[in-house]
Amino acid sequence: MGNNKDIKEIVSSVCPAAVWSDAGDGMFRIPAVSLRELAETLKNTYGFDFLRCLTGMDWGEDGLGCVYHLENTSTGENVIISAADANRDNPALPTVCDIWKGANFYEREVYDFFGIKFIGHPDLRRLFLRDDWKGHPMRKDYDESLNPLNMENEVSRDDAPSYEMTDDGSYILKRHPLFEEEEYVINIGPQHPATHGVLRFQVSLEGETIKKIDAHCGYIHRGIEKLCETSTYPQTLGFTDRLDYLGAMQNRHALCMCIEKALGLEVSERIRYIRTIMDELQRIDSHLLFISCLCQDMGALTVFFFGFRDREKVLDILEQTTGGRLIQTYNTIGGVQADIHPDFVRKVKDFIVYMRSKLNEYHEIFTGNVIARQRLTGTGVLSREDAISFGATGGTGRASGWACDVRKRHPYAMYGKVDFQEITFTEGDCFARYMVRVKEIEQSLNIIEQLIDNIPEGEYQMKVKPLIKLPVGSWSTAVEGSRGEFGVYLESRGDKYPYRVKFRSTGLPLVACVDTIARNSKIADLIAIGGTLDYVIPDIDR
Amino acid sequence: MNRSVKIKSMKYEDFNDNEYIEEMLKELRENGTNVIVGCLDDVIEWGRSNSLWPLTFATSCCGIEFMAIGAARYDFARFGFEVARSSPRQADFIMVAGTITHKMAPVLKRLYDQMADPKYVVATGGCAISGGPFKKSYHVVDGVDKIIPVDVYIPGCPPRPEAMLYGLMQLQRKVKAEKFLGGLNKGISEKEYEKLMKADTNKAEDYREYDESGLA
Repeated sequence: MGNNKDIKEIVSSVCPAAVWSDAGDGMFRIPAVSLRELAETLKNTYGFDFLRCLTGMDWGEDGLGCVYHLENTSTGENVIISAADANRDNPALPTVCDIWKGANFYEREVYDFFGIKFIGHPDLRRLFLRDDWKGHPMRKDYDESLNPLNMENEVSRDDAPSYEMTDDGSYILKRHPLFEEEEYVINIGPQHPATHGVLRFQVSLEGETIKKIDAHCGYIHRGIEKLCETSTYPQTLGFTDRLDYLGAMQNRHALCMCIEKALGLEVSERIRYIRTIMDELQRIDSHLLFISCLCQDMGALTVFFFGFRDREKVLDILEQTTGGRLIQTYNTIGGVQADIHPDFVRKVKDFIVYMRSKLNEYHEIFTGNVIARQRLTGTGVLSREDAISFGATGGTGRASGWACDVRKRHPYAMYGKVDFQEITFTEGDCFARYMVRVKEIEQSLNIIEQLIDNIPEGEYQMKVKPLIKLPVGSWSTAVEGSRGEFGVYLESRGDKYPYRVKFRSTGLPLVACVDTIARNSKIADLIAIGGTLDYVIPDIDR
Repeated sequence: MNRSVKIKSMKYEDFNDNEYIEEMLKELRENGTNVIVGCLDDVIEWGRSNSLWPLTFATSCCGIEFMAIGAARYDFARFGFEVARSSPRQADFIMVAGTITHKMAPVLKRLYDQMADPKYVVATGGCAISGGPFKKSYHVVDGVDKIIPVDVYIPGCPPRPEAMLYGLMQLQRKVKAEKFLGGLNKGISEKEYEKLMKADTNKAEDYREYDESGLA
């Protein structure tokens, strides 16, 4: 993810005050006043249409600010810019949510955690915490005693605040109603079998047609990023498995890669082979669970049992080597926890043969089913532009025709050396999202098949100091998780604890685009839409 | 009246924490019931313990293992748990599978209150027991027993499906050692229970003042 000279010229021509800092991956620091102008130019003139990640930061005396990771989806160029406001009591930055739609939720998250007011943002409510929460927890000076457990039921407001700038440079608070008085609003969740966890939707209906959806997150916000700041680097790894537990391997892979990158540690070929195979096994596991859950939500219970039957086979293989069924805690900094089991290769090969034959069963019972087709085809369409603008990666983006696979865009581990096809569809509907996952199982099997016989000899754990300290700087890495791009942004001040760790959730952009997808479709389609978007709530809330 | 807490296909000695069950049985014996009610009770508890319906409730990782015990390999239908209900009104027990955060805590309490008596709580996994790996977090409840009474704890992160089944069998034994007719044994005296219910009713009456004219 290097920034070439071109981008430096572009940034300094638009914003002469930009400062390039070289530590780690490097980034541009720009004054907050020119943030909007630069963002608009980068998006409109230079094609940086994908906001990969927006990270809130507390830089202490330098103030509070944000780091923006941008990518040009046609050329694959990346640029990292950051802006800060030194006023800690009342920090404010201009919004970019009209430039990249995905920034809407990201900025709400940053407001929630850091209290940065985004001027011009239309709906600056808290995203994760309760409305009556005091203070902003990710700030370094946050006092934890402010918020004891509150057992009062939460009152949700019907209006959204926004801040606008007046001519004299001060801000005024405006409130907009979320729903009109006469609208018919129903609640779905947080305890609902079809939301796949504790997500809550407020749905405004006209008859059976959805007029608007307001998503409420945070029912499983565990404060993982804050916990990481008081954990040593090996300790932070444990949290990643529990973010998106259906992508435990990949998440941990991403964080290990990021720390290894900062340490300048090159892992052996054997480790890269093992990690790649494990990632793909995990992806098959996740996609099988996706099919099971989607079909269960839509009433096809048989497929649920098929999916779990095959999934247990993957779990057995993983368990034999790692000791864990769901949460494996396998990757470590500079290697993996244990060498592969002597039976691993044989069992994986047996599984490839088994799984290929079983895939037909899914097609026979579900893919070709008339009811399934009618409920999935043509419903919940997400356009390619919207997918990029929201940053909806993974199967969702690929179903809309956006080739967003990190394994192809920024190859890591062994992905640059194996031959596999990136599955894309153009329809962008529920059926395409379902088919992408089914076909990806085949591709994952292909990848494993190419690697499994050639695992080279070597060490499975590189020599690493017992006490890991990273140099000063910031790094970011991304992997293709089970349901999209999973990114890690890490900032270090040379300590044994990270200064800030941000996980780019794969699910948050997917929830952000539910409103766009589901508008004007029927309420029953919301179940199919939620099922095919395939979000995991603890990964959204972190 | 001799109550049996026998579970088919698992020996009494193979269970841990038998002292706890013995204590419950002792209390039952000491209180004493007449023969007819006692026999009837025995039959009812046999039926109840073999048709405990869970609430489909999961917040995080443990929920996936909860689904796994619902599938064919572990199959909790063998024990009569297969009728997972989505409505708390129809559920007998709630399996708290996953972390409970500050924002979720009032919701969980409300779900628990909505369930009909007799009801049970199974705390599944490290997070539900103590906060688990997230104990130090600013937004995590360190143990659901701080907000609702827990009957069975199943440790693990996440617990293996076998552990979950074992925990649920312990719950069955607990149900078998209970009195259904002629009194309570919920760990509190009848007087206390009445007082609690009264407080609840009063609360409900307060809500009646709430203006419902606009809701139609």
